[in-house]
Amino acid sequence: MVVCSVFRVTSRLARSSLGAQCCARALYSTEHKARFYTKKHEWVSVSDNIGTVGISSYAQDALGEVVYVQLPEVGKQIAAGDECGALESVKAASEVYSPVSGTITETNKEVESKPALINKSCYEEGWLFRVKLASPEELQQLMDQAAYDKYLEEH
Amino acid sequence: MCSIARTRILLAPKVIAPKQIIPGAVSLRWFSNEPKATKTPLFNLHTKYGGRVVDFAGFLLPVQYSDLSLSESHLFTRKSASIFDVSHMLQTNVRGKDCISWFESICPVDLKGMKDGSSSLTVFLNDKGGIIDDLIVTKVNAETLYVVSNAGRMKEDKKHMRETSELFRKKGNDVNVEFWETSQRALIALQGPKAVAVLQTLTDIKLEDLTFMTSRMGKVAGVECRVTRCGYTGEDGVEISIPAADAEHVTEALLQSSDVKLAGLGARDSLRLEAGLCLYGNDIDESVTPVEANLTWLIAKRRRTDDNFPGSSIILRQIKEGVAKRRVGIRMETGPPARKNAVLKDAKTSETVGTVTSGCPAPSLGVNVAMGYVSESLKKAGTELLVNIRGKDIPCVVAKMPFIPSKYYIKK
Repeated sequence: MVVCSVFRVTSRLARSSLGAQCCARALYSTEHKARFYTKKHEWVSVSDNIGTVGISSYAQDALGEVVYVQLPEVGKQIAAGDECGALESVKAASEVYSPVSGTITETNKEVESKPALINKSCYEEGWLFRVKLASPEELQQLMDQAAYDKYLEEH
Repeated sequence: MCSIARTRILLAPKVIAPKQIIPGAVSLRWFSNEPKATKTPLFNLHTKYGGRVVDFAGFLLPVQYSDLSLSESHLFTRKSASIFDVSHMLQTNVRGKDCISWFESICPVDLKGMKDGSSSLTVFLNDKGGIIDDLIVTKVNAETLYVVSNAGRMKEDKKHMRETSELFRKKGNDVNVEFWETSQRALIALQGPKAVAVLQTLTDIKLEDLTFMTSRMGKVAGVECRVTRCGYTGEDGVEISIPAADAEHVTEALLQSSDVKLAGLGARDSLRLEAGLCLYGNDIDESVTPVEANLTWLIAKRRRTDDNFPGSSIILRQIKEGVAKRRVGIRMETGPPARKNAVLKDAKTSETVGTVTSGCPAPSLGVNVAMGYVSESLKKAGTELLVNIRGKDIPCVVAKMPFIPSKYYIKK
């Protein structure tokens, strides 16, 4: 996810508190399916070859209150890394990139009418779209939870 | 009051360019060898209250605080009061017998006609009538001026004031320009309907007499400050210039009231946009004149007759004959908010007719608002346009500004 024209969080303070938040959320959700993350802070979790895609807690926190969601059309074919949607917060516009290749099978109608769900529940109710995986092996290119947590700490 | 081009920023901190650009920062050219961002005298207070600090025009300032989201903070300002740290802005003290003549040689303001202790919004102009910066000048008295201009234009403003005042002195005039460093002097804005009532409990200045765009020295929480009835939110309120060493003390004293909370740059931007106020670097810059920027009222009557400010021939011709483009307000009932650089089209012909210069969701209105420049023929409120966002044309209309009624304290 790329944030456009906004306030970049630069202070160590802000970052360390973010990191702590991300870790806390990660702990809460260990019972769920494994999530894989991109460096642009999207996540995907896969069940029966269908990937559910959303943005990470770090991303929703950096973006702030989401006020508008634009999602891809069902049936659209996308490649990993393709721009396939956008999120608008009070302070920023940001694109959403697909973590995997495939065909869009469903979008989250709930989140389109209530964008704040992304801030409230970015891993559960705030998912964005589902995609039928064309190349499941692509998941190996993504980070698992531990790698992503480390990535956040190091960057 | 200043900012830059829409920039793409990766959220991953390491991939981010060393310096970046924020609504509110100006068209700064940032160099890799530039010193680290400056802390304002209130930096410790920001961290104490959970401020999310960013590098804004070279200053470490909070975008928001942990207690409120951006829209909550925005709405709190509209119904109660907020304190904004605006210490990054350039405060300049001008002294000398000829300070008014000098200042009128670089701005279209009528300082001679202003009373002592009154303030005015004005602009530094280049020879083509383009806006170098917008600023507030206070006529302290016939021999002293107090100027507040944009942080993002600090280098340009300092250079401009230094060079023009030197030339003026060489001609035998008496003018001295003193820039106050951020380390010496803080500036906070206290804005909102409850701002003045709270301040009155802490100051000996009779605020009933301090009308919009007037300024006085007085004690605030025991500290000698300059209090100016002005702001950047559309609300009643003041800006308080405080010796740096006492800035925390004064701010904490104001925060003792439950009617007052801290607010950051995020709310400041959405508040000023709803109030129809320009952000330098977005809505105005050196490529536009005050006439095109719909700020013709800044050209004081007396100065129009005198015809002797920078770019006056161009500006006066524009006032008489009109301009090709004009800054307007834009309102969108649904869809994504339009942001800087979004293309505006005529709803009837789909022809490109202008560009958005800033835009965001308006928390007070529940719709999206924006400012932009359109062809002169389309400037009328109610004109239907389209704005292109990520490839889609979305309907919008030209709207009157301010988007929300201003609440300035003007005595009838």
